[in-house]
Amino acid sequence: MNLTLRIWRQAGPDTPGSMTTYQVGGISPDMSFLEMLDTLNEELILRGDAPVAFDHDCREGICGACGMVINGRAHGPERTTTCQLHMRHFEDGDTIDVEPWRAAAFPVVKDLVVDRSAFDRIIGAGGYITAPTGSAPDAHATPVPKEAADTAFEHAECIGCGACVAACPNGSAMLFTSAKVVHLNVLPQGGPERASRVMNMVEAMDAEGFGGCTNTGECATACPKGIPLPSIAAMNREYLRSSLRGGR
Amino acid sequence: MNASPEQNASPEHSASPEHKAHPDPGVHPAPGGYPDYSVGEPIADTRSPQGPIEQRWDQRRFEAKLVNPANRRKHTVIVVGTGLAGGAAGATLAEQGYHVVQFCFQDSPRRAHSIAAQGGINAAKNYRNDGDSVRRLFYDTVKGGDFRARESNVHRLAQVSVEIIDQCVAQGVPFAREYGGLLDTRSFGGVQVSRTFYARGQTGQQLLLGAYQALSRQIAAGNVEMHARTEMLDLLVIDGRARGIVARDLVTGEVSSYTADAVVLASGGYGNVFYLSTNAKNSNATAIWRAHRRGAYFANPCFTQIHPTCIPRSGDHQSKLTLMSESLRNDGRIWVPKAKGDTRPPDEIPEQERDYYLERIYPSFGNLVPRDIASRAAKNVCDEGRGVGPGGQGVYLDFADAVRRLGRDAVEAKYGNLFEMYERITAEDPYRVPMRIYPAIHYTMGGLWVDYDLQTTVPGLFAIGEANFSDHGANRLGASALMQGLADGYFVLPPVLNDYLAREPLPAVPADHEEIASVEAEVADRLNLILAVDGDRTPDSFHRELGELLWDECGMARDEAGLRRALERIPALREEFWRRIKVPGTGQELNQALEKANRLVDYFELAELMCLDALHRAESCGGHFRTESQTPEGEAARRDEEFSYAAAWEFTGTGRAPVLHREHLDFEYVHPTQRSYA
Repeated sequence: MNLTLRIWRQAGPDTPGSMTTYQVGGISPDMSFLEMLDTLNEELILRGDAPVAFDHDCREGICGACGMVINGRAHGPERTTTCQLHMRHFEDGDTIDVEPWRAAAFPVVKDLVVDRSAFDRIIGAGGYITAPTGSAPDAHATPVPKEAADTAFEHAECIGCGACVAACPNGSAMLFTSAKVVHLNVLPQGGPERASRVMNMVEAMDAEGFGGCTNTGECATACPKGIPLPSIAAMNREYLRSSLRGGR
Repeated sequence: MNASPEQNASPEHSASPEHKAHPDPGVHPAPGGYPDYSVGEPIADTRSPQGPIEQRWDQRRFEAKLVNPANRRKHTVIVVGTGLAGGAAGATLAEQGYHVVQFCFQDSPRRAHSIAAQGGINAAKNYRNDGDSVRRLFYDTVKGGDFRARESNVHRLAQVSVEIIDQCVAQGVPFAREYGGLLDTRSFGGVQVSRTFYARGQTGQQLLLGAYQALSRQIAAGNVEMHARTEMLDLLVIDGRARGIVARDLVTGEVSSYTADAVVLASGGYGNVFYLSTNAKNSNATAIWRAHRRGAYFANPCFTQIHPTCIPRSGDHQSKLTLMSESLRNDGRIWVPKAKGDTRPPDEIPEQERDYYLERIYPSFGNLVPRDIASRAAKNVCDEGRGVGPGGQGVYLDFADAVRRLGRDAVEAKYGNLFEMYERITAEDPYRVPMRIYPAIHYTMGGLWVDYDLQTTVPGLFAIGEANFSDHGANRLGASALMQGLADGYFVLPPVLNDYLAREPLPAVPADHEEIASVEAEVADRLNLILAVDGDRTPDSFHRELGELLWDECGMARDEAGLRRALERIPALREEFWRRIKVPGTGQELNQALEKANRLVDYFELAELMCLDALHRAESCGGHFRTESQTPEGEAARRDEEFSYAAAWEFTGTGRAPVLHREHLDFEYVHPTQRSYA
């Protein structure tokens, strides 16, 4: 396949960026999108040009490092991570636009690389169960109903890629935050910190400059792991419950 | 403790000048071209306590000195890496009150490659009442490792395995559960009990997020100073002790030093030396290799694990290989056509013309034989010309029987995400068409040599998780990597690190110490040298070439002639690298091509040591298969009388002969036998 790529190039956080056009040939439909970019980068290096910087690591859809807006959609046309998007979903001769995540809370570092450390700070504000090493009772001391375990797992699948924020017209991190709140609050082990967790995480989320939620649902549509939209409603209920109890 | 610290193998004691003039088993005088090696003092003491094996860990912990909680804030510990081992260690040390300074090259500590582990984590809980016990997990691990691991360490691993599950459940790790609310388990290769706990096909992700969340709590509390997007490029050894690291900020390119009272490497394995592996693209060997260059012995580098169930490569563009969890072998049946060159689609090959070769050769373990055996069997049938798919480099993993027996829904509940991943990559539906799989490099059992305290031969430098060589011998059993990483990080390292910090005088390192300036300059020089070449080959082109060479000559089967070829070729390739490498841009910016090229410099040296180690070990054991040493049935034949030791290598200079130090292995509890899974 031969393709025309229009890629966002930006040397650093404080330099203006622009879309730059490249031609790339010899692309196999079995390549992943990142392998297609690898091909371009090999050519750029040999020409002495700076290769396109992008985050990536596991390349099997689980580490959450990769993420770019492809033809206006977070992670591109398929509901998956960018590394698991294959070129068979494009046509020979296509022009493809490639941009970084766009959100106030995710400043561009370089080219397609953005700073998502705000997510880490939201987790640090309450996205854990306090259980210092060595203090745990036997694993079977507290049975967990299968339904609760399954709900927890479904929400714990979030990979922290940031597609939900990139897809949201408001740049909101509600889906990311709610996924962790629901994962931990639905489990008996998460009970003692249930109220403070949701209050502290929502507060941290707001402090990081993420936008508010207006129920457009774009986040859940873009989520490569299928975190369900009702997760946000569940978090709002947790927040209300906690507020009524004075945050305890 | 039966020994004083002076007896411990440390560089100043064991790198004695009395190297024998010539190597013994296996290696004959070199015809020229590859670096020979010499034999140094054996490692006399591993600091493993004596007495009954069940009591050794208790005894060690009792004898360990403690640091008063009020004094812990005064101690700084550097932890490199945030995977299961590093994340668990950083969180635990900070909870205990130490000041932790932690590093990862990813943009967040949540992305370390442990996250990609699929199948599960072993623990001797015996919740199934199926005859499991600490003793049996210990036995299975020693045997599965083909009798090349240290018994004391493995027994401790089996003991703490039960605490890991408790810890993770308390953190909210959503393990699979039965309807009664209790934990579910499944079986893995090489064992006949059901002791593997799992969270669908994402166990590594869930365990890592548990450790990451605990670590995040400590970061927010100010007890851990986290440096993401920062890569360790060298070790600071001052007055004979590890006292810090030199690291590069990958965004600004700035090279700086960080000092501490102890350094913990949790930087993972070196499988990416092969270019194509199941490791994440940026996983690398630089942290452990630079530590090796500064005096830490590197043990058993040739012990690499080839995972039998990966998706075959689809073309030359392939940038990495994707694993399909070993748990699939619980319900999938592996077969190839009986006839050579049979190109019919799988559904047109009748049952009687299929060879379910693992079930045929190993009737009692069947499709669940250990990884090394399953991988070699796949290679053998492909070498016979019975492989399937493009290039004949694949075998079928067929779920038709499982779907008939259990129903599609049950199969989907167990393996849904794996099937989806397979379909995404190959565009084939494994519910209807058998998966095609082929072995790929997955894990490295070798790593930095450590004693019972997980301390390397550089005092104050500890190595945990895949970065060390401990516990798995010559072959790791499935679901044991997660167990070892978390065991080391949560439960083993903290008490022994206490002991080191309590015993040793550790005066503060002045910021203007000459060693700091000199190592920083070395690191900067190397980066500048790479940038200055301005040649005509990319980092990836060299890495692919090195990887193919290693896969061919030091992969699933090795022989003397091939290893000698590799040992001639690698130095030439390294020399070519320094003439032809091309990296655009500068060192003062985010420069991913420079990161790759810098890691490659270490891969060249490591690759050479792997081949030398494989050449010197003229026996087969576990994942190390020397074609010259096999049983009449074609299984790995160990040569215990000559090779019952761990090979710990001492660095003497690039391209110079390393020194071999042997740690003799005694088997008091599990007596070496020819492994049999028939």
